[in-house]
Amino acid sequence: MAVTYRIAAVGDWESVMGFRALGLDTYPVADAAEAREKVRELAKDNCAVIYLTEQLARDMDDVLTRYKDELRPAIILIPGREGSLGIGKNNIQRAIERAVGADIL
Amino acid sequence: MANITVSPTRMELTRLKGKLRTAQRGHKLLKDKRDELMKQFLDTVREVRALRAEVEEELMTVHGAFTVASALMSSEALEQALVYPKQSVELTMTFQNIMSVNVPVYDFQTQTRSDSDIYPYGFAATSGELDTAVDALGKVFRKMLKLAEIEKSAQLMAEEIEKTRRRVNALEYVMIPNTQEAIRYINMKLDENDRATTIRLMKVKDMILKESLEEKRAETARAVKTFGDSSEAPAEV
Repeated sequence: MAVTYRIAAVGDWESVMGFRALGLDTYPVADAAEAREKVRELAKDNCAVIYLTEQLARDMDDVLTRYKDELRPAIILIPGREGSLGIGKNNIQRAIERAVGADIL
Repeated sequence: MANITVSPTRMELTRLKGKLRTAQRGHKLLKDKRDELMKQFLDTVREVRALRAEVEEELMTVHGAFTVASALMSSEALEQALVYPKQSVELTMTFQNIMSVNVPVYDFQTQTRSDSDIYPYGFAATSGELDTAVDALGKVFRKMLKLAEIEKSAQLMAEEIEKTRRRVNALEYVMIPNTQEAIRYINMKLDENDRATTIRLMKVKDMILKESLEEKRAETARAVKTFGDSSEAPAEV
């Protein structure tokens, strides 16, 4: 498969600027509404991985659920500059509950 | 079965028995699939947890480094330094099949001259702290990509396990008992029909016997009446 995809980072400017140096596509956004638009746009485009800051993800549960079962894109939460909110860890917990039907770990 | 809509025929019985066999085999296979998926899933989840904790911690360090860098430089200068990246990352995605779940495997190629030369700026106008921050981020990035891969796998597997679990339960608690109930119902109905037929035949036989007996008696009576007057005949034939 020779199709190449892009990797994007969505978040506030301070949190994502570093990724720009690595060659990722960075999209600084101001609020969740803007981020929501951006993620939708990126999902339609050929973007395989989207790194999203937890600060934004907090208000974007609908979008996360929407793309959870799709093969592409993988939306991965990263802690923003203000620190981790534990949403990423929480999501793993939710995946376990979903699979097992109970919280076992 | 709450509402029995099967017709109690032998053909239906054969069909239902076939259905039950298929259901039981499917149930066993799905159960095996669920168990194996669950095993893989739990392994993956453990990996995700460990890696996520690691990545989050390292990212916070990186953020800290960037904060230091931005404190030493004006935000305009920082923006200018990072605005035009020297390397670009391209991702190829292949798929791995884990128990019929397609999970992504990422492979990324950086297009840059060398690994050590990732800084998209000249060193004159920037502070050394920025170099450290970018360097650290570059190291975390590999882990982040791995995290993306296994976290997505975990999510996809969770979905598949949920589906499989529902199917197993539907087969185990609805489909198989219902079919068994229907088979029992048909069996009972067929047996009942058999008994009814036997009884009916016995009754019919009784009636025919009685009829022919009466006919014979009537004949005897007639004969006695006809011949009894003329001569001494035996009282009974």
